[in-house]
Amino acid sequence: MPTFYEKREIVTPGDLLAEDDYVAGDNTYKEDGKIYATRVGLVQYEDRRVYVVALKAFYVPSIGDMVIGKVIEVGLGSWLIDVRAPYPALLLASDVIGRPFKPQRDDLPSILDVGDLVIAKIVAYDRTRAPLLTIREPDLGKIERGQIVEITPTKIPRVIGRKGSMISMLKQETNCHITVGQNGVILVTGKSPKNEQLAVMAIRKIEEEAHTSGLTDRVTQMVRSEKGGIDENVSKES
Amino acid sequence: MSPTVRVKQKQIAQLVSLGKRLDGRGLTDYREIQLDMGVAGRAEGSARVRLGKTEVMVGTKIELGEPFPDVPNEGVLTVNAELVPLASPTFEPGPPNEDSIELARVVDRGIRESKAIALEKLCVEPGKKVFVVFVDVYVLNHDGNLIDASALAALAALINTKMPKYKVEEGEIKVKSGYDPLPMRNYPIAVTFAKINDNIIVDPWLEEEQVMDARITITTDKDGKICAVQKGGYGCFTTQRILEAAKIAREKAQELRKLVVKG
Amino acid sequence: MKMSRKNPEKLIDEKDVRLDGRGLNELRPIKIEVGILGNADGSAYIEQGKNKILAAVYGPRETHPKHLALPDRALLRCRYHMAPFSVDERKSPAPSRREIELSKVIKESLEPAVFTEYYPRTSIDTFIEVLQADGGTRCASITVASLALADAGIPMRSLVAACAAGKVDGRLVLDLTDLEDKGGEADLPLAWIPNLNAITLLQMDGSLTIDEFEKTLNMAVEGCKQIYGLQKETLKAKYITVKEEVEE
Repeated sequence: MPTFYEKREIVTPGDLLAEDDYVAGDNTYKEDGKIYATRVGLVQYEDRRVYVVALKAFYVPSIGDMVIGKVIEVGLGSWLIDVRAPYPALLLASDVIGRPFKPQRDDLPSILDVGDLVIAKIVAYDRTRAPLLTIREPDLGKIERGQIVEITPTKIPRVIGRKGSMISMLKQETNCHITVGQNGVILVTGKSPKNEQLAVMAIRKIEEEAHTSGLTDRVTQMVRSEKGGIDENVSKES
Repeated sequence: MSPTVRVKQKQIAQLVSLGKRLDGRGLTDYREIQLDMGVAGRAEGSARVRLGKTEVMVGTKIELGEPFPDVPNEGVLTVNAELVPLASPTFEPGPPNEDSIELARVVDRGIRESKAIALEKLCVEPGKKVFVVFVDVYVLNHDGNLIDASALAALAALINTKMPKYKVEEGEIKVKSGYDPLPMRNYPIAVTFAKINDNIIVDPWLEEEQVMDARITITTDKDGKICAVQKGGYGCFTTQRILEAAKIAREKAQELRKLVVKG
Repeated sequence: MKMSRKNPEKLIDEKDVRLDGRGLNELRPIKIEVGILGNADGSAYIEQGKNKILAAVYGPRETHPKHLALPDRALLRCRYHMAPFSVDERKSPAPSRREIELSKVIKESLEPAVFTEYYPRTSIDTFIEVLQADGGTRCASITVASLALADAGIPMRSLVAACAAGKVDGRLVLDLTDLEDKGGEADLPLAWIPNLNAITLLQMDGSLTIDEFEKTLNMAVEGCKQIYGLQKETLKAKYITVKEEVEE
């Protein structure tokens, strides 16, 4: 069973990863029985599957994903949202208002205007149409405050960590609410701007070192040492 | 793309893999070629080529102009091509697009690199005045393989070109009566191949061009030396196929050259 | 003010040493970097001899104007452009016929490598700026543009490497400078896709026998293989240094 790289070695597009009866996973393609990488990343072999964890890739919409986007256009009965994907996403007025859109009664820009940020979920997507969004679930809707960090979407799993270990640590240590969009956009809301900045710094470090090991410990260390100068006025709530 | 076109494309590709073409030609056969010289009376030289239903007309004009500073004793060659809208539903009016520019430059390269025109004989006053040869390629009907038709018509037009006789008197250039043929010393011929799946075919017609994934043009001179190569299209070639094409091109060029160069 | 340059009599001496000291089969010194521009989705920069070329990629993104969008795949667009100060005599910023032809052939050389069918109706725009030119710019452009595409995270079948070979002073040489191209007998730029072992850009101007053509072609392919190695190293380098620093 010929494979050509060590686990977690960095590969580039066109590198021959495996031959014969391996299955082509993410960021690979198979041709004439040979499997090649399509992106720069770390190669992984799992049972009979070979895939690449891409070091940099743009977001491709997937049904069920929670994303954070910015309104780029107010249309007739809908908004166009930039979710950092090759295709802008559509949010229907009826979804936001909760009933069919009435042009005489409903003024869309007063609900959501160009430049506003929203947390939404992708409900429909296929290659022939724009991705469709909804904000009708709890925790979705217009963003009123906080800081936004944009990272390459392939590193989102690292920010979350195994079984949520990284993100729970971050929330606890920085005392911030952190909403992670699958499209690489992260919302950080904290008691003070200093707390928010700390979370942003930590996320940036994760992005830069995502492909290394021992990351959770290093990030925890960094956050704790930076926190030294911050007011220890920790809230009594949960 | 309509389903009928797609079906035809599959048909063409299948036939080619069996060594056949829709119009009955062999893989290395040209369509019927008709060549007429001297068709544009007000041009210094002209020719019209009909390659199957592809039709190209080329006219040459000679004017006096300034030489390029790095070659002060040589005449100037300039080739332009127009894909006029009447030639195809896909041609739009407007300034030259990338296709017409590529066409002109490939035709130009063949003539220039083979040193077909004896440019050093076109010098009137060194460093100041030389003859400029304008070659204008006019595509009248596009049914595939514009490059070969244009290159052939351009060569024929140049051979057909007559230059005015002149003498330099007191710093002024005076035209005398009579004409000299344009001094030529080489006769480049372009041969274009289309690649369909893994096969290469000579002189693709329009529907074959629409199925092909790449094309390659190889221009050879009268001694069989290669003077220009141009690969086009979004596919690719192996080295083997290219060398195969080069050998076929040299052969076919010799055949085509006989149409233009007598004796 | 027009300045004239005296062209040297010989470009290669009797010991087969070229004007810049290289052997016949030697590439110019090459330095490549990726991810150097902040706004572009992907970018790369190359210095090859005296060539200095920058490439940036935007996309896949919405196609503008919309009517150019393709229903079944991404539209790959490419603009090769030379800065006015990139050559000895100032070049007008307006696109010349040469730049238009080169934009076309460069795009056609990259297209087989990109999985355009994954992103219908979008466009992938590649911008190439030649800041300093010394021969072989179209090849260096392809080399750096394919890195910019990979840097943008656009899925590719393979990288594309490009290199020119030719005939100068009767000898077959690799990677011609501008002087060698102008004064030589033939110049053959070529782009190569390693996986398919196939050629995606091929042009030639000059005069070669079929035998010389074959040798020059093979020489250029070998040059491409060397350049491909450098491309891979460059893509990995950024991540390897961070990995090493951090994992002790």
